[in-house]
Amino acid sequence: MLKMSRLTTRESVFDIVNFVFMLFICFITLYPIWYVLVNSLNDGTDAMRGGIYWFPRIFSMDSYKAVFANGGIMLAMWVTVAKTVVGTLVHVFFTAMVAYSFSRHDLVGRKFYMLLGTVTLFFSGGLIPYFLLIRDLNLLDSFWVYILPAAFSFFDLIIFLTFFRELPAGLEEAAKIDGANDFKIFYSIVIPVSMPVVATIMLFHGVYQWNDYFTGMIFINNMDLQPIQTYLYRVVAQSSSSQMAAAMPANIQKSVTSQSIKLATMVVTTAPIVIAYPFLQKYFVKGFMIGSIKG
Amino acid sequence: MRLEEGVGMGGSIPAKISRRQLFLKLLRVIYRQRYLQVMALLGVAWMIIFNYVPMYGIIIAFKNFDIIKPVSEAPWVGLEHFKAFLEDDNLGYVIKNTLGISILKLFIGFPLPIAFAILLNEVRSAFFKKTIQTISYLPHFLSWVILGGILATWLADVGIVNKLLMSVNLIEEPITYLAEPQFFWSIVITSDIWKELGWSAIIYLAAISSISPELYEAATIDGAGRFQKIWNITLPSIKGTVTILFILSVSGLLNSNFDQILVLRNSLNESASNVIDIYVYQMGIQLSRFSYATAVGLIKSVIALFLLLGANYFTKKLNGTSLF
Repeated sequence: MLKMSRLTTRESVFDIVNFVFMLFICFITLYPIWYVLVNSLNDGTDAMRGGIYWFPRIFSMDSYKAVFANGGIMLAMWVTVAKTVVGTLVHVFFTAMVAYSFSRHDLVGRKFYMLLGTVTLFFSGGLIPYFLLIRDLNLLDSFWVYILPAAFSFFDLIIFLTFFRELPAGLEEAAKIDGANDFKIFYSIVIPVSMPVVATIMLFHGVYQWNDYFTGMIFINNMDLQPIQTYLYRVVAQSSSSQMAAAMPANIQKSVTSQSIKLATMVVTTAPIVIAYPFLQKYFVKGFMIGSIKG
Repeated sequence: MRLEEGVGMGGSIPAKISRRQLFLKLLRVIYRQRYLQVMALLGVAWMIIFNYVPMYGIIIAFKNFDIIKPVSEAPWVGLEHFKAFLEDDNLGYVIKNTLGISILKLFIGFPLPIAFAILLNEVRSAFFKKTIQTISYLPHFLSWVILGGILATWLADVGIVNKLLMSVNLIEEPITYLAEPQFFWSIVITSDIWKELGWSAIIYLAAISSISPELYEAATIDGAGRFQKIWNITLPSIKGTVTILFILSVSGLLNSNFDQILVLRNSLNESASNVIDIYVYQMGIQLSRFSYATAVGLIKSVIALFLLLGANYFTKKLNGTSLF
């Protein structure tokens, strides 16, 4: 209390206003997510009347049952899970491997390799030449279009590089004396001590893979290979009612509408990120700092 | 280390050693680090395929490329496609939308995270501060498709926004906001701020947390109030970070967040939502006018590069901070 009394009135007014303002920020951040959640948990037909703001009026899980019973949505979910797991592992391993070699000062040609990468940060061929490249590589309508073009990122390489440079120099010496080659040093010594940065890039790239709808929209025509975000894009942005109608269960339940299925799909799509997020937060804040110091 | 002796081709090497011997020595070093070289060259190969081949592909902007024939057989047409873009009726509103949205984002979306970071730093309770941070980062991790879905629901004629505005008698009839071009820019700016405010503040919070507490203590002893401390200590201390991010924002002026606009646009708001990136996508991917779309994309990349160099030069002159 003694501490408080020392504050001027003007400053404690500021504290209160600031506190209220921060509460307001939290509210407008969370409310839209909450709104989707309660509406998806309401009886679909009843929800069309509107007016559901805080809690479901007629609680119903039918929309979720319809989502999980829908073959198309479930397949798209599996494509997303597969591309996220495979894509993230490949990206992290490959980018870290290249970053480790670039971090070694004895690497012949290091400056030239770094220059090649730096140019890509500031200039690119653009969408059309990239599209034609993917076509020429026969990656159209292939699962690998999610993996190979995303296997590497020079920006992430810089984050890895900054971390690797901080590693104690003596770390690799012992292994070298034992005759281990550089690749072995990388995966058996460097990777295990670099878990904070590995976790960060995994999170960043995992979220990218999970959220990316553009790749699936532009390079994939085969509906069996589209990820859930592309599926949702077609439903949301193009209001493709045909796809939504196809999502309706055959024995049409009165409690489910195309809107309520859409909301439930949005919740199911977002849930893994929202659930995993608080646990991963400590990693990415730290990793973001590593990157930003260099950046 | 022995390896480094081999690479260091500086003055320490006696003049007696010939170029040939030097070359052999280099080869020996490369052979000794063959594993390392393979690791590096795999990365270089990836960059050549996925970054440099598309850069080479830009030549189709100067040709009449036909998808069924290889690029080398396409006839050269010089600057024809660039002229066509300059004479295109769409040019005016494509440029207007691109610059309009980006400049608004720069002037509103750029300072807000700085203000948010400073205000958040003034929150006294550590627990509360941490909680707000956690909550404010969350929207960054949602996809634009999900956010587009939320917006479509909220802004529909039976949506919550219309209900709210009608209940306080601000409007009489419901408005379908996403179908009206006049609302499009506001929707884009607001939703972008909603999504990225907390996330963009991280880097400023990091900069603020690295300020020495002694500075604040000394200022307190001198009788400085909180606002004086913000003005005289916090702001000058994060000036470098602000400058770097400003340069990056300016160089991204023509990148009007493709992911976001692609989700929110439709044929009704076309006149306010068609930006360069969308135009390239429409012309190239949807209408298969590959050469023309590449030319438009190239104009954009070149202007972006100049904006980056310009902003870098400008801030270097202004306060001595620059990206390179």
